[in-house]
Amino acid sequence: MQQEYTISLFTEDHIGILSRITLILTRRQINIESITASESAVSGVQMLTMVVTTTPDMVNKVARQIEKLVDVIKVFVHTNQEIISQEIALYKVTTSGLMSGSMIGDLVRLYHARILEVTPEYIVVEKSGSREEITALLAFLEPCGVLQFVRSGRIAITRQVKELNAYLKEMDAAERTRHEPSEVYN
Amino acid sequence: MKEMKKPAVEQDTNNHESQITGAEALLKCLIEEGVDTIFGYPGGAIMPVYDKLLDYSDSLRHILTRHEQGAAHAAQAYAMVTGRPGVCFATSGPGATNLVTGIANAFLDSVPVVFITAQVTSGLIGTDAFQETDILGISMPVTKWNAQVKKAEDIPDAIARAFYIARSGRPGPVLVDISKDAQFASLSYSYRKCTYIRSYNPVIPLQMRDIESAAVMINHAEKPLILAGHGVILSSAADELRALAEKGAIPVAATLLGLPAFPNKHRLFAGMLGMHGNYAPNVLTNQADLIIAVGMRFDDRVTGNLKKYAPEARIIHIEIDKAEINKNVRVDLEINNDAREVLEALIPLVRQVSREKWIREFRMLDRIEYEKVIRPETEPDEGELRMGEVVKTVSDLTEGDAVIVTDVGQHQMAVARYYGFNEKSTLVTSGGMGTMGFGLPASLGAASGNPGRPVIAFIGDGGFQMTIQELGTIMQYRIPVKILLLNNSFLGMVRQWQERFFNSRYASTEMVNPDFVTLAGAYGITAHRVTRREELHEAIKTMLAAEGPYLLETVISREANILPMVEPGASVSEVTLTYR
Ligand SMILES: Cc1ncc(C[n+]2csc(CCOP(=O)(O)OP(=O)(O)O)c2C)c(N)n1
Ligand SMILES: [Mg+2]
Repeated sequence: MQQEYTISLFTEDHIGILSRITLILTRRQINIESITASESAVSGVQMLTMVVTTTPDMVNKVARQIEKLVDVIKVFVHTNQEIISQEIALYKVTTSGLMSGSMIGDLVRLYHARILEVTPEYIVVEKSGSREEITALLAFLEPCGVLQFVRSGRIAITRQVKELNAYLKEMDAAERTRHEPSEVYN
Repeated sequence: MKEMKKPAVEQDTNNHESQITGAEALLKCLIEEGVDTIFGYPGGAIMPVYDKLLDYSDSLRHILTRHEQGAAHAAQAYAMVTGRPGVCFATSGPGATNLVTGIANAFLDSVPVVFITAQVTSGLIGTDAFQETDILGISMPVTKWNAQVKKAEDIPDAIARAFYIARSGRPGPVLVDISKDAQFASLSYSYRKCTYIRSYNPVIPLQMRDIESAAVMINHAEKPLILAGHGVILSSAADELRALAEKGAIPVAATLLGLPAFPNKHRLFAGMLGMHGNYAPNVLTNQADLIIAVGMRFDDRVTGNLKKYAPEARIIHIEIDKAEINKNVRVDLEINNDAREVLEALIPLVRQVSREKWIREFRMLDRIEYEKVIRPETEPDEGELRMGEVVKTVSDLTEGDAVIVTDVGQHQMAVARYYGFNEKSTLVTSGGMGTMGFGLPASLGAASGNPGRPVIAFIGDGGFQMTIQELGTIMQYRIPVKILLLNNSFLGMVRQWQERFFNSRYASTEMVNPDFVTLAGAYGITAHRVTRREELHEAIKTMLAAEGPYLLETVISREANILPMVEPGASVSEVTLTYR
């Protein structure tokens, strides 16, 4: 059964790592529906959030293959219930269209959107929320003439997973107590 | 940029003694990592490194192959016989792209090789400069790790990481691409071996709970079967494997690369798995109630049809690479760790038992295979020479004490089936990728890493001609490899499939071959051709006794087939013993 998953992963900030990750997904014919790259709470550690639709079995296989990459620190796979996620969207609509009726009021009251800029020709509206909410607002604005629409990738915060900081601390602690690496191939 | 382009000599005079060029630093790093042999091929971008090599010829031997692919395979074979990472140099552009087959081959068979490619001057990278290719991008899917270095001072750290990553965890090839200006520029040199990378944890703590579960499963099983792969050899776990098998009376079947992991004459040896493996282990995989897979990855050539694979068995998978677990086959117990450590911990918990009835089932099927396939192949009384008898003769004469190299095709399967591997044997073959042309360059790499041990390369007439130019390398360095050419004048393995699955329509598989004996002679390599059974034994003895390189061409049956066979789509238990 195909399902939507959010893969969030932490990597070293090294060139090429994104290519390596997408290669793994491409080989398995998994489309990345959205991707967001940002700094994480730990300096020097990059965070990627990707949304993919695939089977539970496949998402686990690719997660393991991604985690195997030398520059990848940790990979988490979440179903939508396990995360709090947001997307952000900007809408540019005609001023004349938006000013008619009670649309402006509904925009703020019902859709919790913000107005960023007003000119005689257009108004720029900002909305953050779930994908559904953003799509709903787009439908609402459609009648007044949408000149441009852009939405971000998903960003997500997990509900139950251990903080990355804690992981890194543990790893470094293990490193300090570790004896010489027992390399397998000697 | 401008300063960096100054010739190295000039810089040296301008700088203090601790300052050396990037090119020299690279060589010093290799020496620190214990490297003594490099396989490679020069060209414009890597010339600063080659220039410095002249100054280090006392500690670093460079073997000039005749093609970069040959250098890559040689370096891999060197790693497989020495247990130390192989090292391979190539220049930018075509030099680098010529490596790709060799890199991919090492990747699929988990062999540590450090590839050093040169890159055009950093200011030109990305401009489609002369002999610039994006080797980082090209090699990404087939390296464990790769990196580009554009500053001399970054070379030591990159090399340290390269070696650490290549040989730790599940080993594999890595590539470091060094721009020409970084080779010329100087740095103040110091070297520290890499022992830790935050994002990479090859050493995994052992979970005793899992080991205990495994022991319980083994102790309760009636028909357990061990599947041993290359990982057993990579982790030096052959002794532990044997101890476990003997204590628990568990038959051991091997993958192609796992064959030397268990003495093939041992009463518990079940044979090779998979497409052209032995009858008993294929059939009995589907009767086993427990499969203990050690350092193997359930390749499709091993499992046949996955839907009908091991239906009766619970599966324990002992594997250092977590991504291999549950990839092809769902397992009941995953033990993500080094094979030797796991087996060591497991042995004391396994009960000493005997399983005569289960072991007898293997012997019964062995007898059927012997009568129908093995005897006619290895002890024919008439007809043309057969691959099996050639391999068997070499096996008997060397008693397993040799480095056995193969190319890819029918002859490779004949070697796998009819050479008796034991603890003294090393097998160098292309498993995961099945790269024709691997054999000859691999044999010279193996011999360079293992002076004193006999190196015998079984090569088909097709594959031989894919990298035949390496005869030049063998000649130049007098590398004492014994080349056993199995000449059937066909791309035999493909011809077999055409016979079986395409109505014997031999599309482009028959070959008009050169006179190989004369050809070897042109390279100053002693050579001899055998066509008759009566001469075979003596001819092989002569080959084995020869001092230097030697080529023995055996003219074998043109249209012989490798059997048994698990045909595409069939289950392992549906293994075919004979055609027609
Ligand atoms: C580089 C490469 N190209 C093509 C193949 C497909 N292939 C597999 S076996 C084989 C025939 C090999 O012929 P030969 O070397 O004469 O060995 P034989 O099977 O006759 O023993 C071919 C073409 C391959 N494995 N590798
Ligand atoms: Mg042939």
